[in-house]
Formats: sequence, structure tokens, C-alpha cells
Amino acid sequence: MIAQTPPSPESASVAAERPYYPNTSWRYGLDRLFVIAIWSAIAIAIAALGLLLFDILLDGLPTLSSQFLQGFPSRSAERAGVYPALLGTIWVMLVVMFVSFPLGVGAGIYLEEFAEDNLFTRLVEININNLAGVPSIIYGLLGLFLFVRLLAPITGGRTVLSGGLTLALLILPVIIVATREALRAVPDSLRQGGYALGATRWQVIWEQVFPIALPGILTGTILGLSRAIGETAPLIVVGAVAYISFVPEGLQSAFTVLPIQIFSWASRPQQPFHAIAASGIIVLMIVLLLMNGAAIYLRNRFQKERL
Amino acid sequence: MTFNNPAQRKLSYGLSLVALTLTLTGCPSANNTANAPDGGTGTETTSGETTTSDLSGTVIIDGSSTVFPVSEAMAEEFGNTNPNVQVTVGSSGTGGGFKKFCAGETDMSGASRPIKQEEIDLCAQNNIEYVELPVAFDGISIVVHPENDWATCLSTDELKVMWEPAAEGTINNWNQVKPEFPDQTLTLSGPGTDSGTFDYFTEAVVGEGGASRGDYAASEDDNVIVQGVIGDKGALGYFGFAYFEENKDALKVVPIKNEAGECIEPSREAIADGTYNPLARPIFIYVSKTALETKPEVKAFAEYVTDPAQSELINEVGYIALPDDIIAKVQTRLQSATVGSIFEGGSSLGVKLADKL
Repeated sequence: MIAQTPPSPESASVAAERPYYPNTSWRYGLDRLFVIAIWSAIAIAIAALGLLLFDILLDGLPTLSSQFLQGFPSRSAERAGVYPALLGTIWVMLVVMFVSFPLGVGAGIYLEEFAEDNLFTRLVEININNLAGVPSIIYGLLGLFLFVRLLAPITGGRTVLSGGLTLALLILPVIIVATREALRAVPDSLRQGGYALGATRWQVIWEQVFPIALPGILTGTILGLSRAIGETAPLIVVGAVAYISFVPEGLQSAFTVLPIQIFSWASRPQQPFHAIAASGIIVLMIVLLLMNGAAIYLRNRFQKERL
Repeated sequence: MTFNNPAQRKLSYGLSLVALTLTLTGCPSANNTANAPDGGTGTETTSGETTTSDLSGTVIIDGSSTVFPVSEAMAEEFGNTNPNVQVTVGSSGTGGGFKKFCAGETDMSGASRPIKQEEIDLCAQNNIEYVELPVAFDGISIVVHPENDWATCLSTDELKVMWEPAAEGTINNWNQVKPEFPDQTLTLSGPGTDSGTFDYFTEAVVGEGGASRGDYAASEDDNVIVQGVIGDKGALGYFGFAYFEENKDALKVVPIKNEAGECIEPSREAIADGTYNPLARPIFIYVSKTALETKPEVKAFAEYVTDPAQSELINEVGYIALPDDIIAKVQTRLQSATVGSIFEGGSSLGVKLADKL
């Protein structure tokens, strides 16, 4: 046994005044209370979501048909469809993905693994964290100025490319922050082990650190893309239209996206439009689930591969 | 173990990326092929006119969300006979629409009020000339809860008592509006300050465009106003005629005392013949003169919109088509490309279109 120092008279008297009561029933009670509290938190969240889904499915399922998926917007709710908006959303999201993922992950890796800790990088860090909280409409104004007006020769004005780039900017901070957090969670011993074996910095990052961080990075990307797919305000500013009779034919094509189409229908006076707005929400949800499903599938693959 | 085989790892990255891309592009390509054969389903359902023109190009429209249903319906029908013309309609509000229009970014702009002086100046700065085309009438409808049995006729003066800026915080009971009214809390809802309906209502009721009390439930979505009025016995709200027409059964409309002193309920007839005043107003489409001259597809679309044959379309989307004599004048205006605004930067309140056009 470890030799103990004899207790001082002072601490002995304190112990005598406050003897140790296990009081287990009270402590287990608290424990149970906490479990109840967190369960009710989850129950409320799920109930709200469930109610919302139920309501949307109730309103939207009857009008969800293949004609709705292949139809163009129309003044009559029976003939109206989401086809251009669906394709617009897919086009825009592809742009967002191919721009924001490499840029965001690259910036994250640089800041976490390469950048020196000086005033400049700290300034950049603070700004990135703040940017994550900037209202989306501000990004819309930035996009309007930068992509629609200034870079008009490249983007073609109010086009798929301008919209996608604006949304990519919007979610860059989310991806950068997630990338950095994921990289930070990788134990340093792995990096040092790599260096000890003679690997270069690039080899250590690309072969060891990055694969371990990838699931975390993909989670951040899912969060970012999910935000981008539901955005309306910045795209209205950038110039997504509300009625379009053709589908995007390229990056320099006028476009609309599902949230704008849904909003346009939901604010109509006629009841049938409210029903197809609900159908539009279901379509948007399915696209979102497919997108996230693909990302989660990738994440799980990388997680398994690591073991 | 995979550390030993970087090539294999790279391959799996690549494959996954391809898989992700395919997942996302998979749906459209499937839809694309499915859509191609029956892409023209809309064509048969309309006007019976199967001759399609060989016009092509783009018509870019933006502007008021009030005018949007009209432009959309026109664009849809026009697209059926002119399949190669790409028409897009935005919905960024009357003011937002004019900003783009006066910057030369759009060919046409929908407006629920006439162009304002500062917008006239902006257009002049950029050398954008425009032809002003009234396309339909709308009647601002005042609605109350169906159980409200006392508001059987309101004058604009009584509305002013409720809505003027001085009423803020002080007028909150029906009996303050008129002593005969019961002791019932008055809750007001109406469109937000960006709306052309708000501008016109304040001009007509308070006497000054934009002057309104601020403590009412404001919403850019008129359906929210409908819900607000349905849920409160003491509620009063206002919005465009289409929203009243769709919610006839759930709401009660208040007849308004017109200039002649008669209590008139908003109806298609009363709005079209001008007896529902002062809350009936025209809505407009402004066409860029340059676009009219250089883009035949814009000219064709403008002619299509002003064709009396389109009255049915306008009625269908909840507005009131212009009487034939006014349409004829609008058509002449378009043919002669008369530029400028007949309202000279002011409001359309009290202006008789038939005299001014």
C-alpha cells in the first residue's frame, strides 16, 4: 500500500463534521432524471419532425406523380411540374460540390497542417469562423456583385454557375471548420510516427492523416451541402427565376431551384398550388436524402477501410 | 494494411467520386429520356392553335410578384406556340424588378404600381426607354372574420382612422373607429412595406404613399394574412382580389364606400367598371423600347400580352381583364412605341386609364 501522510488535525475535524453519506438513491434518482430529460429532448425533436413530415406527406403525396416530376411550371396546378427546378437544383448542387469540397478541404488542410501560428493565420481563422454565421442574403449580395456583375464574361450573368459559386462560398466556412476539427482529432503520434519512418510532410498528410480525418470531413460536407440545397434568399438575389420553360443546358444557363419553385407555389392564392408545393418539398427531401445517403455511404466505406 | 497499397486506395477514391457523381446525375438523365417524347403535352391543351412560329431567342421578365401569375400564364401559353423562345419570369418585387430593368438586364418588368420618379431617373441615366402597358385590374379587398356582423360598410375615412401612422398604439378597439361598433379588440394584418399593394392602399386610404401604422401583423405572403384574419374575431386585413376570391368561404369581405357614396363590394364587374373605387388599381408591364426594336421575340410577346384574346387567361389567374376600349388604347400605345409614364412618377390613384392613355 502507499504510505499515507498522517491527516492534519484540521482536515480531520472537517471530516468529522461532514461524514460521507453515500445517499445512492438520490444520486441514482438524478441520473434517471437526466436520462428522462435527454429522452424527452429527443422525443420533442422527433415529434416535431414527424408531424412536419406527416403533414407534408398528407398534402403532397396525392399530387406527386411522374407527370409532376416531368412537367414544367404552369398557371394550372394540375399541369404544373418541377422538372426545370429539379434539374436546376441538381446542376447548382454539382457546381457547389465540385467547387466547395476541394477548396474547403484544401483550405482546412493548409490552415491546420501547414500554416504557421502567427497573427495573419489567426486573423484568417477568426474571419472564417465569423463567416459561418453571416446571413445567407449577404452572400447573395456578394454573389450578385462578384459573379453576376464583375465576372459576367465568365459566368454569363444570372446563371447556374453564378448561383452555384455563391452557394459554394456560403458553405465554404462550414467545410473548412469541419476539416480542421477532423484533422485536429487525429493523434499527433501518427504524424510523428510517419516522420520517424522518413515520410515527407505530404506523404504523412495524404497517406495517414487525411484518410483518418475523411469521415469527419464528409460529415461537415454533408452539413454544408444540406444547407446549400435549401437556400432561397441568396439565389433570388443572384437571379434564379420563378418561371422557366426550359431546363438548364449548361453552366451559363438561366435556372430556378426547388426551394424557389416551392416558395412561389406556396404563396399563391389557389389551394391546389399549396398541395403541389408540398409535393415539391417531398421531391426536395428525396434529392437531399439521396445526396446525403451517397455521402454517408462513402464515409462508412472509408471508416471500414481504416480498420 | 492499405498503407502498403496507395494505388489501390487512390482507385477507391476515384471510384467513389464517380459513384457520387452518378448518384446525383442519375435521376436527371433518366428523367431526360422519359421527358423527351412527351415534352409537348402542354401544347394540345391550349387554344387549339397548332401552328408554331419559328421565332427564337429569349424574353427576360422580372418584377412584381403580384403581376407574376399574369406573366407566367402568358409565358406558358406563348411558349406553346413559340417553342423556340425561352421566356423566364422572375419575381423580385416591383422595386427590385425596376432596378434590373433600368440597368438593362431585363426586357420587361411587371409592376403593381406605376414607375416612381427615382426609377424614371435611373432609367434615364442608363438610356433605357420603356413603353408602359397596363395589363389588368386588381381590387384591394378589405376582409374581416366571418362572425364580424358590424363592419357592413366602411368608408376610407374609417379605414384611415385604423391605419394612419397616428393610430399606432392608440386605436386598438373597433368602438374607437365608430361608436356604434362593439367593444372588440381590433387586430390588423396587411402586406409588408415592400409591397406595391401596401403603397397603393396607404396612398388611397391615408393619403400618402407608404404612411401607415407600424404595429400591424405584416407579411409578404398574403396567405399568412388570410390565416391571421380567419383566426381572430376582431381581425381586419387587406390584400389583392385573387386571395379574397380563393378564400371567399372562410372570410367576409367589407363593402367600401366609393366616391359616389355607395357601399360597393369588390367584384369582377365593380372593379372593371370603376365603381369599386378607390381601391381598384391597374397593374402594369413595362417593356424596354430597345428590346422591342431589336428583339422580335420581345415584340411578339408584348403583342401577345396585350391581345384581347388573352382576357380569359387574366381572369383565370385571379385578375380582372381590362375593358376592350382600354385594351385598344394599350395596343395603339405598343404599336406606336409611346415611351414614358402617363402617371409621371405619381400614383395611379384616381387616374382614369381611358382618358390618359
